[in-house]
This record gives sequence, structure tokens and C-alpha cells, in this order.
Amino acid sequence: MNSKTLFDKIWDSHVVKSIEDGPDVLYIDRHYIHEVTSPQAFNGLKERSIPVFRPGKTLATADHNIPTRNQHLQIKDQLSRNQVERLSENCQKYGIELFGLNDPKNGIVHVIGPELGYTLPGMTIVCGDSHTSTHGAFGTIAFGIGTSEVEMVLATQCILQPKPKRMRITLDGKLHKGVTSKDIIMFIISRISASGATGYFVEYCGSAIRSLSMEGRMTICNMSIEMGARGGLIAPDETTFEYLKKLPSIPGIDDLEASVNKWKNLHSDTDAVFDKELKFDAASIKPMITYGTNPGMGMAIDDTIPLSDDNGNKASSSFLKSLDYMGFKPGMKLLGHPIDYVFIGSCTNGRIEDFRAFAQIIKGRRKAENVTALIVPGSKKVEDQMVAEGLTELYKNAGFEVRQPGCSSCLAMNEDKIPLGKYAVSTSNRNFEGRQGPGARTLLASPLSAAAAAITGKISDPRDFMTEEEKVKI
Amino acid sequence: MPKVKFDILESTCVPLPFENVDTDQIIPARFLSATSRQGFGDNLFRDWRYTKSGEKNTDFILNDPHFNGKVLVAGKNFGSGSSREHAVWAIFDYGFRAVVSSFFADIFMGNALNNGLLPIVISEVLLKKLLDLIQKDPGTKVKIDLEKQIFTILSTGDSVKFNINPYKKECLLKGLDDIDFLLSIKGLITSYENNKIQVK
Ligand code: SF4
Repeated sequence: MNSKTLFDKIWDSHVVKSIEDGPDVLYIDRHYIHEVTSPQAFNGLKERSIPVFRPGKTLATADHNIPTRNQHLQIKDQLSRNQVERLSENCQKYGIELFGLNDPKNGIVHVIGPELGYTLPGMTIVCGDSHTSTHGAFGTIAFGIGTSEVEMVLATQCILQPKPKRMRITLDGKLHKGVTSKDIIMFIISRISASGATGYFVEYCGSAIRSLSMEGRMTICNMSIEMGARGGLIAPDETTFEYLKKLPSIPGIDDLEASVNKWKNLHSDTDAVFDKELKFDAASIKPMITYGTNPGMGMAIDDTIPLSDDNGNKASSSFLKSLDYMGFKPGMKLLGHPIDYVFIGSCTNGRIEDFRAFAQIIKGRRKAENVTALIVPGSKKVEDQMVAEGLTELYKNAGFEVRQPGCSSCLAMNEDKIPLGKYAVSTSNRNFEGRQGPGARTLLASPLSAAAAAITGKISDPRDFMTEEEKVKI
Repeated sequence: MPKVKFDILESTCVPLPFENVDTDQIIPARFLSATSRQGFGDNLFRDWRYTKSGEKNTDFILNDPHFNGKVLVAGKNFGSGSSREHAVWAIFDYGFRAVVSSFFADIFMGNALNNGLLPIVISEVLLKKLLDLIQKDPGTKVKIDLEKQIFTILSTGDSVKFNINPYKKECLLKGLDDIDFLLSIKGLITSYENNKIQVK
């Protein structure tokens, strides 16, 4: 039986050596690094006095730790500044291309990789960041690694990895108005839990997935890690090739047509066998929101918080502890609950389509007085495009301020923190305790739901602000 | 990567009976700005260990003098979330050498093994029993024999075999490092690059 899944095809062709009873030595085509998880890896190289093996295959950006205001000035926080400076020094010393602060190509690592044409179908891609799974949208094996593995890649362009199992998630059917790719992935995670795909690499299939743009596919793959999956991928198709053809340049590819012809072979064989198969109906998905402190704790925005975490059994202490942190009770309805902050951005929803969707609801309306909004483009390119398309102006007229690119409030390493006890409707990917600042209460949602909350000051159903024609796919 | 050896460990345990303890809880992002691997232990479980005003939270287990030891026993899906290896460095730096749970997140597991912190998976039933035992008697000791892959609760004699990848086991027993291994096959890597097979 020679049938193979797409995952197997890519993986197998990147195995340099299989260790008996051990992991595979996997060759890495593209390595992205950033300031937070790389310094200790470079220290390791220094201690061993060895160079970077293939500096041309690593690309660097500063994104996690940087301010989103006054980026032209020196970074105030000394530790952050030190990390960003160390990244520049290391890149210079080892000959690694860096899109640092104020570079027109700077941005969140998972936003710039695809938009600059560095992420291509069939590749193996790693980065010291769990949301590396984003790049799987192009039909790549892309996953997050720890700093020891960053060091391995720098030293040898390989890592040691046990091969994960394969899961296929098929989503057929028609999506309803106001339902975005963010809602799709939040729906899937709520069904299978925050650990439901641990040990697996997921391939997303089905007509509803095919109907999504590349931006939408990236949002889906991005949050694969939130159900524990090693990564997620989507077979490349005409949508993928169109996206790539529109890029101004693709480094390392001279004949794009020839490459596209090759990439057309990147799909699972029809009789390929997966270790696990799940199927969902796209028509059953509504706009989603989370009510707890892990992304598995999500529900339709007009639903009520469940009475227990596992079918009918008494709510566990972990479940109640989580609701307590959020200031919620089992059985509660969230629609109409006042909120304090809105964050739109991150590698999940910080691309141009997300800002267009946000604008669709904001247009002609005003930000609620009680809401502080953080609007943070995923990259310089997105920032420029927002200006060019008049979105920045539109936001301004509605009472919003647009920040400069970075991870910002997604992980709150910089000053963009949500204060203790405050509620934030956020388009990012993690609602962990303290993720957006000590004591911050995060409600994950789509850009449409974030917009509805921003103008009402309450958790609101985005469908109430859309006409029938305004069904958007993001 | 540090080279750490692991063979037999006998120790009391610290219980953390919550599920889904994620890496943001283990080490909050605002403490990730260091550029070395040391010192993260001070901020392990920072927001549980200290109150908002910076005082020790006496309700939290790490601040309870009855509980100590080199083994952390945690609820299921431990270490989910970010790939930050800092989470493992913080646990190790604090003094733990093994973490026991019924389920670990993938990246955490890999990071732990790469830093000499042994993740041990036991059944949910045994985990619950162990957590109860420790809470009743903080002196409860466990024994971990990596060579034999045996985990034992000494007071009850409960003993189970745990899984570990044979390659990783070898590395831990001998204090070997993946990078040494990868560097030793550089010739093979170069020849792979030269003959790279096309994805079929
Ligand atoms: S935006 Fe958030 S999830 Fe994405 S890379 Fe930055 S910190 Fe990680």
C-alpha cells in the first residue's frame, strides 16, 4: 500500500536519517527566529565555538517584546531593549537576515513569513514559537520548537523529532453570515478540547475549508496548537497559487509556474489512511466566544456557559476555578456582559482581511466610551495597506487609534497589558490566566465579534450589525 | 543545551492538582526577557505564588513549608500552550527533576527531555491516588528508576512501568546531548542537501 497522507509525503522526504527506536532527523527548509526564544540558542553556539550551518535558511524579526508606540525611539524597557539588541548582534555576527524594528518588512513572524514569500508549499518550517503552525495553510509541515531545538537548527539545519500521528478534520457545508475562520477553529477546539489533538498533526479538508482565503486558512492552522496538535496543514490549491502569484517576489523561486506545477502534487492520496478522522458541519457553526481560561472553553456567542465541563458530571474544581477567575458562573449568558478592552491583532487575526472585517462593522459607528481599544497590525505591510485602503482613517473617525505592528497584547510582554480584573474581547489565540496581563480576563472572539463589542461596550452578536449581503469570509 | 544526567531519584513531591496548567502559568511572558537560561526559578508560577501586591500567597502550595521535593505532581494536560522552553528552565531551576502527570502537552514534553527534566506519564487513577496521598501526608515519597523505567510510590508499593523513547532514555542516562549527535552526522546532512529527493 503506497497511499500516503500529505503530511507523510512532506515528512518522509525530509528525513535525513531515522534513529532506531528513536526520533527522525528532520531537515528544515525554513527557520524563523525572534528576540525572545533565540538568545540562549546563540549562547549555545558560542559555547561550542561553532557557526550557523546554513544562515540563508534562517530569517529573523523582532516582534514579541517591542512597543507598539514610538518605535523610532529607543525601547524604554531595558530588558526588552537588551533582547532586541542581542538579536541584531547575533544576526550580524552569523550572517542572518533580520527584519528588525523600523524595517519596512518588520512584523509578527507568522505574518511576515507568508507575505514576503518565504513560506512555500511542501516545506518544513520551524520557529521557537508554538503558532508556527500558521504556515501550514500553504501545505507545509510547520511547527513550534523549544530553544534547544532552535540551537539544533542553527547548528545543523536539522532537529530530532518523533513522527506525530495523523488526524483529518473535514468541514463540509455552507458557513452562515457572520461566521469567520476564527469561529470555525474555536468551534472545533470547543468540541475536541484543548488537548484533543495532542500527539497529532492535523490536515483540514472539506468544502468549507476550501472556500476560505489564505488569510482565513492561516487563522485555522494558527490555532491548531490550541487543541494540542503539533501542527495543522491544508493542501495547496488554486487559492494558494493565486496568493503566491500576487506576491511582488518569492525569494529563491525563478520559475513560479514550474513550482506551481510541482506543488499541485501536494495532497493526500484518496485512499490514504489517517489515525483519526473527525467531521463537522459548517452550517452548525455560529460566532463563538470563550468563557474560561483555555481555548477549549468556548461556546456560541448567544449560548449559556455550561453547567459542567464533562457531560453531566459534577463540575470539576479546575472548571470552577477557571470560571471564578473570569468572574462568571455556570449557566450564565454572556451576551450583554460589559467589557473594558478590545484587542484586534496577533498572528491569528492581524492580517489585512481581519482589519477589513473589523471596519465593516465599525463603519459609520463610534467606539463605546467605556472601551479601550488596541488595534495592532500584524506587520508593517499590513499597517501600510490599512492606510492605503482608508481603514486607518475610518478607524480614527470612529474613535480608534491604530498602533504600530507587534505581538502586543497577545502575550503582553510589552506595556500593552490588560489591567487586573478587566474584560478584554480579543482576536488573539490564548485566554490563559494572566496571558494579557496579571489578572486580565480574556474573551477570545473573531474580528467581527470584537468590532460589535467595541461599539456597544458589551459582548454582542456581530450578526446584529450585518446585513444579509455582508456575509464575509475571513 | 545543558548536559544533565538522570538515573535514580527518590524524593517527596509537591502536588498541583489542577488540569490544563499552561506555560503562561508556569512562567508568565513578562519574565521571558532574560538572555540566559538561569534564574527563571524565582518566577516559577509567579502569579500563583505571589499576590498582586507582591507578597507571598500563603495559600499556594510552593509557599507551604510542609511540601517540598524534587518531583512535581500535576493534573492532566500539563504544559500546554506556548513553546517557551523557559517553562522547563523555571521548573528545573526551582529544583524539580521530574514532573508526573496523566497527560503532557507535546512541546513541553520534548523541551523537558532536552533539559534533563523527566516527564512521567501515569494513569489518571494512580495520579489521583498519589495526589490524595501527598495531600494527606506530605512525607509521601516516590522512587523513579529511569534505567528500569519504574515509578514507585514507596509508602504503598504501587509500582508502574513508564514509557520513554529509548533514544531519549539513553541520552538522559549518559548525559548526552542531541546537538553532539547532530553535529556528528553533518556529512549525512550535507549529502541529503545535495540529493534532496523531491516531494512525491
Ligand atoms: S502574536 Fe501572539 S501567538 Fe502570535 S507570535 Fe506573537 S505572541 Fe505568539
